[in-house]
Amino acid sequence: MKNGTMNDLTRFAIFAGVVLAMPLWLEPLGANYPDLLQKFAIYGIFAIGFNILFGLTGYLSFGHAAFLGIGSYAAVWSFKLFTMNAIPAVIFGVLFAGLLAYVIGFLSLRRTGIYFSILTLAFAQMSYNLAYSVLTPITNGETGLQLSQQDPRIIDSLFVEAGAGLPSTNLFGMKMSGYPGFYFCAVMLIICFFISMRIFRSPFGLMLKGIKSNQNRMNYTGLNTRPYALTAFVISGMYAGLAGSLLAVTDPLAGAERMQWTASGEVVLMTILGGVGTLVGPMIGAGLIKYFENIFSAFNNNVLADIFSFLPDSVSEVVVSVLGLFVGSGWHLTLGLLFMVVVIFLPGGIMEGIDRVISKFRSSRQPVADNKTVSSQNQPGE
Amino acid sequence: MEKLVLHLDNIQKNFGGLSALKDVNLQVEEGTTHAIIGPNGAGKSTLLNVCVGRLKPDMGKVTFDGHELTGRKPHEIAQIGVARVFQTPEIFPELSLLENVMIPAFSKRDGAFRLNGYQQLSAQGELRAEAEHILEDVGLQELMHHIAGSLSRGDKRRLELAMCLILRPRLLLLDEPTAGMSRHDTNRTIDLLKQIKSRGMTKIIIEHDMHVVFSLADRVSVLARGQIIAGGTPEEVREDPKVKEAYLGGAH
Repeated sequence: MKNGTMNDLTRFAIFAGVVLAMPLWLEPLGANYPDLLQKFAIYGIFAIGFNILFGLTGYLSFGHAAFLGIGSYAAVWSFKLFTMNAIPAVIFGVLFAGLLAYVIGFLSLRRTGIYFSILTLAFAQMSYNLAYSVLTPITNGETGLQLSQQDPRIIDSLFVEAGAGLPSTNLFGMKMSGYPGFYFCAVMLIICFFISMRIFRSPFGLMLKGIKSNQNRMNYTGLNTRPYALTAFVISGMYAGLAGSLLAVTDPLAGAERMQWTASGEVVLMTILGGVGTLVGPMIGAGLIKYFENIFSAFNNNVLADIFSFLPDSVSEVVVSVLGLFVGSGWHLTLGLLFMVVVIFLPGGIMEGIDRVISKFRSSRQPVADNKTVSSQNQPGE
Repeated sequence: MEKLVLHLDNIQKNFGGLSALKDVNLQVEEGTTHAIIGPNGAGKSTLLNVCVGRLKPDMGKVTFDGHELTGRKPHEIAQIGVARVFQTPEIFPELSLLENVMIPAFSKRDGAFRLNGYQQLSAQGELRAEAEHILEDVGLQELMHHIAGSLSRGDKRRLELAMCLILRPRLLLLDEPTAGMSRHDTNRTIDLLKQIKSRGMTKIIIEHDMHVVFSLADRVSVLARGQIIAGGTPEEVREDPKVKEAYLGGAH
């Protein structure tokens, strides 16, 4: 109802166009190299999936990194045992993440609110520790799971002779590094966005919104909320598994640190920063955080000095030394400030900011008609 | 005599040392409106909570049309056909009025759980028409795209009533459905509830407003200190000396 002005098909087309054209429009921002573009797409998938759970049902999971990690491990095992083709790797990643999500969700969804969050965090930390030490034969512990020359690769060995050196991941012969790798992730992202959009607009999505709004009323309306929430949990776990397997496709190794709680926290930040419960918001949040992590952190005082060289020396020195705190290794500081500003002034995330700008722009053009609907919707209750 | 559909047998409920319901027995005839009145703290809401599965009685059982309700989960009881309007409206405040009514419409059509992720809301013409029709019945159709949380208290109650009616329940439990409404809205709600009466739904209504009770109820039971102290037609109950004492005399 909220964004009824734009047709879903148009929205989807714009999204697909913007994602596929990322190498072009990110060039002036210095972010058009494939490694980073892949990260944008992969973490976009992670955040969009997380939003299906958190945005629609309101259940805040602090353990989604576990699904990211198991997706990576499953993908690397698929590379080791079967084939270097990306498709089976992605399928295994999604499947195993879905299974783990079913188990964790089944147990955690017995509680709501903070207790649910703590349960998911506990399960994720358990998974991390299992991967780090207990399950070393499967995960290769601290070192991380890597490809090796001795891997059986049953399917590949039927068709091609193993060459010297490690094989690289491919999609039916097309190497999955560089731009082809990005476009593979981008197509996955677009499919994921489409599915998420369908869920948002479906009766199932409406039920999830009902769970977020008033679980009591759902029960007294004859709806069993547990399987609905569990389905949402498994779907978002599968999204995370897909993201994890894509990380392995673009760089075939998996380490336990992918399951760390910081990775779980990061996707929460992405979703809140972009806009909880909006379709595109989480993607924007994911892009922003990955941009900061990779570009902002590469700035150093020399770059700043170049930018401010037009100022007199004494002034530019002060400016550079102050701004220097916020770039380079201090990028977390900038991100923290940005996060605070967004949460305090735009609780609906960056998407709320965009909505406000658009409605301001509209109402200045046709003040009478639009003001009426907006003000009547925002009337305080009682 | 009509068929008795709802039986409450020897219901007991204690909260700590306090006994909220002491051996309550009640039978309700199909298609009638049964009012439960009584002073504050008499156990009226507890009685409804026992019926819808929010509370489990310590003893006794509730049966509706052959289904035993005690021990079942709230959503199972609702699927059997028992709907409830709460004392403080339980609605979906962040969603639009139309969405508020669509959710129970899906519950009626699809049951307690159905994975319905491929269909789109925009293709649910039939259910949407039904939802709009119900909103029209309660006089809220003009507000259907508004957010439910922005409604006045009286409108929220009418929305909740619409949400229950679209479930087409066989038993409707109303906990003070007109509290907080203006006289005009109260009369509208009475008219609406009278209309449903002709559709053959059984209703239990808790109400303080005697005007509402005497306009709607076929039978009245009086609950005081967790016990039913009187019952009968509204006229009989009005003349009962025990009732007058419970309301006016109070202290023993």
